[in-house]
Amino acid sequence: MNWVNAVIQGMLLGGQYALIACGLSLAFGVMRIVNLAHGDLAVCGAYLGLVLSSVLGVPVWVTLPLLLPAAFAVGMGLQVLLFGRALRHGVLAPVLVTFGLSVMIENLLQVAATSDPRGLNGGALTLASFHITSGITVSWLFLTAFLTACAVLSCLQLLLSRTSWGRKVRATADDLDTARLVGIRVRPVFATVAGIAVATAALAGVFIGTIGTFDPQAGTNTLIFAFEAVVIGGIGSLWGTLVGGVALGITQVVVGELNQAYAVLAVHLLFLAVLTVRPGGLFTSHQSAAEARGAGGAGGLRGFQVVGRVRGMRGRGAPG
Amino acid sequence: MIDAGSDRPLLEIGDLDVFYGDFQALFSVSMSLTRGGATALVGANGAGKTTLLRTIAGARAVASGFIRYDGSDITATPPHRRISRGIALVPEGRKLFPSLTVEENIQVGAAARASDAWPLDRIYTTFPMIAQRRRQRAFTLSGGEQQAVAIARALASGPSLLLLDEISLGLAPLVVGELYETLAGLRAAGATLVIVEQDLRRAMDTCDHLVCLLEGRVALAGPVAAVSRDEVVAAYFGEGARD
Repeated sequence: MNWVNAVIQGMLLGGQYALIACGLSLAFGVMRIVNLAHGDLAVCGAYLGLVLSSVLGVPVWVTLPLLLPAAFAVGMGLQVLLFGRALRHGVLAPVLVTFGLSVMIENLLQVAATSDPRGLNGGALTLASFHITSGITVSWLFLTAFLTACAVLSCLQLLLSRTSWGRKVRATADDLDTARLVGIRVRPVFATVAGIAVATAALAGVFIGTIGTFDPQAGTNTLIFAFEAVVIGGIGSLWGTLVGGVALGITQVVVGELNQAYAVLAVHLLFLAVLTVRPGGLFTSHQSAAEARGAGGAGGLRGFQVVGRVRGMRGRGAPG
Repeated sequence: MIDAGSDRPLLEIGDLDVFYGDFQALFSVSMSLTRGGATALVGANGAGKTTLLRTIAGARAVASGFIRYDGSDITATPPHRRISRGIALVPEGRKLFPSLTVEENIQVGAAARASDAWPLDRIYTTFPMIAQRRRQRAFTLSGGEQQAVAIARALASGPSLLLLDEISLGLAPLVVGELYETLAGLRAAGATLVIVEQDLRRAMDTCDHLVCLLEGRVALAGPVAAVSRDEVVAAYFGEGARD
């Protein structure tokens, strides 16, 4: 019975990883930017939730209508002021800029909030749970996080596949240069994508802060798990990201059942194993299948593809 | 919209210099397009034809010189504003978006449409071969169908000036013939065309004006009726310059 429980708990935990990872995946898929500050932005979301819920004296969920639009605006601002400029200067600049942003955020939080671990007020949801059988108890909070991840991914998928905004995003992700040439204004596309990425990160940060505790340094660890979920699932594939997150979660809890000391190590080993056996991740997006075809038998080797993409990145981010 | 009655050229280019980094691709290129005309842009590989089209479409910055369209200067206008004023490019190699369906590719072309943009049903009437394939991903189509989608994507913006870059590349002659028939129809409907074409005879049969580029410079320009094939070939290979 323990094992069934471990798998269920792991799956629910994986939902949290997927929620933090989907913004990372979206930003990389569209803008080819690996945002090393993504985890720290999630932690900022948690701190903002802490401030808002203490000032207003309400559970953190009530503050989401304020918090998420603020995070969206921050994401748009970062894209316009920072990432967009960095993308214009080759491959290394965005890595350095987002790494620098990560260091700055962690140190500013340290100064402003001290390194004391904090937790968020999740209201009645925090401790509520229900029994499936005598041996399996599911926390409403974990279930909510998992369902929220599924809902966010579904919404993103629908937005991308059904709306005119989504068409522009996918066209831009396919071929930036041609997107501009056919009249797509790339800057607003990039800004909204960055806004969504940061808003989902902040939402994930709220769950992280409600389920456990967080401190100014928590972003780094968060980033690693998110990054691994993205790579395992297949870069740019949203549902792959959910599967990647769930794979991480199940591995962590099941191995933790055997020996808690090896739980996190097992997660990293799973990541390395997937990277070795299927460097493209478990799920290849339609787009990359097409690219593989276009590359004339480059054979879906994702390593290859990333090089191709990086080359294609020159001249990105000029006014669109 | 475009004032069709005017004698003013639709597009005027003057002394255009364009660079790729340190490499100069165009040297003092000047040309002008009459309304409703068709201009063949010919020249060897690397002569600057694609660069010139991309510069007119706004994808390349101009180092010096001017581009004037329908009476106003567009030298520094971003691509989406040029499209909404009626300039559309069918890029070399088609450049369809592989993860989009045929219909989505066409819809994306209408992102910055001009006032008389083509509705989807008019596009499907013009290109019946792609109408049945509208839900398929663009990369699953044949070369000719993909080229039709690329032209349809440009038409979706409602262009007055259509720039076509090597649309017959890699296609069967029969398919090329069909595409050129479609172009004749567009011209009859009032569109102004610039066609980059390797097949010199087809270019001279289709167009009323010819501009030949040689190493980034205009080597020959004039009405097709006034230039002989030999003159064009000489300009194409730069033989005249070396005599």
